[in-house]
Amino acid sequence: MVDPRTSVIAERMKDVARIIAVSSGKGGVGKSLVASTLALALAKRGYKVGLFDLDFTSPSTHLVLGIGDVKPIEEKGIVPPKVHNIRYMSIIYYSQEHASPLRGADVSNALIELLSIARWGRLDFLVLDMPPGIGDATLDLIRLINNIEFLIVTTPSRLAFETVRKLVVLLKELKISVVGVIENMKMNNSDAIQKQTLKLGVKFLGEIPYDVKVEEAIGSTHRLLGTIFAKKIEDVSHLLLDKAC
Amino acid sequence: MHEWALAEAVIAAASEIVEKEGLKEVKEVKIRVGELQQIELDILEFALSQLKPAKFKNVKFRISVVRAELKCRVCGYKWFFRKQELDEATSEAIHFVPEVAHTYIKCPRCGSPDFEILQGRGVWLESVTGVKNGDG
Repeated sequence: MVDPRTSVIAERMKDVARIIAVSSGKGGVGKSLVASTLALALAKRGYKVGLFDLDFTSPSTHLVLGIGDVKPIEEKGIVPPKVHNIRYMSIIYYSQEHASPLRGADVSNALIELLSIARWGRLDFLVLDMPPGIGDATLDLIRLINNIEFLIVTTPSRLAFETVRKLVVLLKELKISVVGVIENMKMNNSDAIQKQTLKLGVKFLGEIPYDVKVEEAIGSTHRLLGTIFAKKIEDVSHLLLDKAC
Repeated sequence: MHEWALAEAVIAAASEIVEKEGLKEVKEVKIRVGELQQIELDILEFALSQLKPAKFKNVKFRISVVRAELKCRVCGYKWFFRKQELDEATSEAIHFVPEVAHTYIKCPRCGSPDFEILQGRGVWLESVTGVKNGDG
């Protein structure tokens, strides 16, 4: 018995130039905010951008972006709707405001289903908001998407960075591209994370100071793009473009 | 028309088998469709007929439907999925992403959402048979 869905995923992704998985070793480091703001920053620069929230059990990018009452269009599959100039996909279209109590195999199945039926069309960037850690979603994406690139978010915490270190080492062993590490919620002047990142042989994409204005901006893309946090993410987006040029 | 996307996946997977096994003509493709996903069989069949490549010209698509059986991981109770117990929006959500069943369906005995889908989840390619290169 063959699961036919995996055979069509490469075809679905063939017009997507770059796929950036925003990942981390631990939760709570600001991945969803980074992923959402990165998608907005790239769209603002005129790129065709998609954002896919893969944190199925705890999705939150819809709250960051203030996604209203929209649904994918059914057209020989599903076409993610365009919101704030971003093609946006999330399990919340189907689970609504309810909890999604999914085990690992269910996460894997839902991910493969959505990858096989979603028609993104031509995109310059597809940004993936990953669940934390090295679990089913990470392993499936590595298995199913050849050109995936990881952008890793950490905080200044040694606890967060230790998990990032393991993730980076694993990705490098598997010869998966790591575009770099962002140090988020920085509240000191230490350059320890930058040094340790460089020691791993990975690019340090920058530090983002802890910005109290971000929480107040959740749900409003206009206010979010006005924060220091967003300005720093725009700088990161320039670094990503270096590779594209 | 989400069935169209699944039909494309079936044709792509079947074509890989055709290539691997060196078939010059495909006679029969057997497909199993899980009841949980509530696939419209006539749409799936139509999409398959429209998408089939040249080697599938005389193929017979045989589609069988598998009842969706669920088993509670907490109390062990087994039951069958019944579409008629769901409202239209819930039914549609499960159609697109069957795992969303865990959001809306609970064990009828203990109320837990922690259940296993024993069978009848999605679309499976059961077999591809045909004439091999070099066969008469």
